[in-house]
Amino acid sequence: MSRSRNDPEDRRPSDVDLPEAEVARRLHRTWATPRTLKDALSTVDHKIIGRRYIATAFVFLILGGLLALAMRLQLAAPEARIIGPDRYNQIFTMHGTTMMFLFAVPVMEAVGVFLVPLMIGTRNIAFPKLNAFSYWIYLAGGILLWVAFAVDVGPDVGWFAYVPLAGPEFSPGKRADIWAQMITFTEVSALAVSVELVATIFKQRAPGMSLDRIPVFVWAMLVTSFLVIMAMPAIMVASTTLILDRLVGTHFYNPAEGGDALLWQHLFWFFGHPEVYIIFLPAVGMVSTMIPTFSGRPIFGYLALVMALIATGILSFGLWVHHMFTTGLPRLGESFFTASSMSIAVPAGVQIFCWIATLWAGRPQMKAPLLFICGFIFTFVMGGMTGVMVASVPLDSQVHDTYFVVAHFHYVLIGGALFPLVAAIYYWLPKATGRMMSERLGRVVFGLIFVGFHGTFFPMHILGLMGMPRRVYTYQPEMGWGGINLFVSVSALVLAAGFLLFFIDVFRSARSGPLAGPNPWNAPTLEWATSSPPESYNFLRIPVVSSANPLWDDPDGPSVASGLNIDRRELLVTSVVEALPEARESSPTDSIWPLFAALATAILLIASIFTPWAVVWGALPVTLALICWFWPKGEPEDEA
Amino acid sequence: MKEKIALDVSHLPLHGEGMASLTWWGTCAFMLIEGTGFALSIAVYLYLMSLAPLWPIRAPAPDLLPGSILTLILLASLVPNILVGRWAKQKALRKVRLGLVIMSFAGIAPLIVRIYEFPALHVSWDDNAYGSITWLMLGLHTTHILTDLVDTLVLTALMFTRHSDNPRRYGDVADNGMYWNFVVATWVPLYLCLYWVPRL
Repeated sequence: MSRSRNDPEDRRPSDVDLPEAEVARRLHRTWATPRTLKDALSTVDHKIIGRRYIATAFVFLILGGLLALAMRLQLAAPEARIIGPDRYNQIFTMHGTTMMFLFAVPVMEAVGVFLVPLMIGTRNIAFPKLNAFSYWIYLAGGILLWVAFAVDVGPDVGWFAYVPLAGPEFSPGKRADIWAQMITFTEVSALAVSVELVATIFKQRAPGMSLDRIPVFVWAMLVTSFLVIMAMPAIMVASTTLILDRLVGTHFYNPAEGGDALLWQHLFWFFGHPEVYIIFLPAVGMVSTMIPTFSGRPIFGYLALVMALIATGILSFGLWVHHMFTTGLPRLGESFFTASSMSIAVPAGVQIFCWIATLWAGRPQMKAPLLFICGFIFTFVMGGMTGVMVASVPLDSQVHDTYFVVAHFHYVLIGGALFPLVAAIYYWLPKATGRMMSERLGRVVFGLIFVGFHGTFFPMHILGLMGMPRRVYTYQPEMGWGGINLFVSVSALVLAAGFLLFFIDVFRSARSGPLAGPNPWNAPTLEWATSSPPESYNFLRIPVVSSANPLWDDPDGPSVASGLNIDRRELLVTSVVEALPEARESSPTDSIWPLFAALATAILLIASIFTPWAVVWGALPVTLALICWFWPKGEPEDEA
Repeated sequence: MKEKIALDVSHLPLHGEGMASLTWWGTCAFMLIEGTGFALSIAVYLYLMSLAPLWPIRAPAPDLLPGSILTLILLASLVPNILVGRWAKQKALRKVRLGLVIMSFAGIAPLIVRIYEFPALHVSWDDNAYGSITWLMLGLHTTHILTDLVDTLVLTALMFTRHSDNPRRYGDVADNGMYWNFVVATWVPLYLCLYWVPRL
């Protein structure tokens, strides 16, 4: 039964008519995570989990980066003997797998986990226990992959694990199984976060934050979440059928028994192409959110930007075959996918022109984040140009599987996603730690990364045109690739030095950087309306929004809503379109069960590599943990 | 800085129902994920069929009886399922309890029929690609029924405890019912694909 505050039965106090200090004290008691090990393992605070996610993803970035350096060391000179072919196969597979599945996708989701609830003015993410679970399962997947690599069972079939190479006949042993099961871990975690973000963005926005007032980054995370929801099942089907072929003798990919090797490519790229936009859309969302701050004016073309995000999301499902132009598909199909691949340049162009217009009409302040954004626009446009080139079948047939493609996708992924991400770290780290990063170091970091990046990857275009195939562990001196490769390897060191300095600055600033205050950049969005770092409950009172740039349009700070209970975890549920208040919903308290559920799931998944029966007996502990997770504990949060 | 209070939300209900409930949206998102998975499995089936010179590969079309009985059971289960949803909306605890017990059996019955469905395919998963995809589709849907059955059983047990008479629980019952409708709805295209496409 729902009871109103006027009902004498409901004596639980709300925040009405209480002094702010008292509200803060009691909110803290209700929401804070105490500093014990058990509480650290049980927390469901989206900021703590988001920070863990981001930190873990950056650890994997470093690991993947070290592998890249190892490859550059080997390729610096012809016929080098530092790394053998088998190890090299593992290294490039681990590099791609780590960067795509353990860094790029998780870090973007993680920034969403940290920022979205703050940007839309709520107290926690929807389904916070699922959020905790998703982190643990992601961590388990990452550990599985890297422990396997450490004991020489690292996958060695490339990050897209094409059959028949990855099938039972050509890859005996457990290496490909490790890859396939790692996919399951990371996809489960990404799917979980997407479900949380969709529910959070649809239903937990601050009152008044109608659809046309949502920050563009939040829009980007919403579209991305739908991409994950629609695309990741394809890779789940793919990796599951691969593992079934390998472990129980099914014939999905065995042409001798009616299976088909190209089926793998279709399934993989039906996921794999949206995957690129799963990484890219959050990045452009970050850019669209940062540019107004540094231009000192609202974004130009909000509606066009949002439409571009949605259009990119839809188009991304119609492109996958452009990864398969050399497989001998029908010509008509190839022409269709060429057209659709080129058409995605339209929404990309719309966004770029909106950013330029915003900068043009404003007064740009060249702070470190904007520097990286300019680097992003420049680099991404170059990557986009080669993208239009490889979308054409004749050119693609020529450069397929060469370093030209390696150059192209590093331009769009590092240029298109990592540059905005670094900008975002400079921009939002002060919100997370309460301390600023160094502007002076930021400029040096940008210089090193920008020069190092182009020095590393631009010559790869030329290497590709000269015919150097990707994924070779060495080459002969007569090929004439030695000089350029040496240059690339030296540039990679410059790039690595830039990242090293960046990490040093992150740690230095988190310890002793100048204090940031709530809104160091004079930014317009809600996350800057609260303290840096935010308290466990995010906002003392939920903001009430009346424009798209609430902190600019309301110089005294946004108005707030009162009446939420402060002695139990409670947040405001609002309507999807207009964000009108609908309910005071409770938010789950900390729980150790997501961790146990993740452990049980990890045991099931890892054991199933060795015996299919693990799916049967392994399901029992998983079920038990889930029952304990969902069983009501008789807390005030269960009342309604 | 003194905050300006522009809105008092203390009169709002403590739990939103239907589309105002977060769980409703979460359930929908999960249905979208699983629906995509099932759609993909059908796509794989049709893809493999398009490649095969003869379909089914070295096997007769599956027997219709077990699969059709299962389809009828699932369709019939919609009646109590919809009733439970209505009773949950009325917060009629005793009726909801009864309905959930019925729905628990409605979850067990198709699993029993399913035992006869696998042999009725007349092909093993490791015979050829046709066997692999049919077993995969049937296996996926069995997991689907099984997970919802476990959910229903736990929820039924919960409704006999002190935690039962609570709008949040009635919401859980309604969402569980919505999910069962989805389990039934996904079966219809799978059934047509597995049993009738080979007869085309």
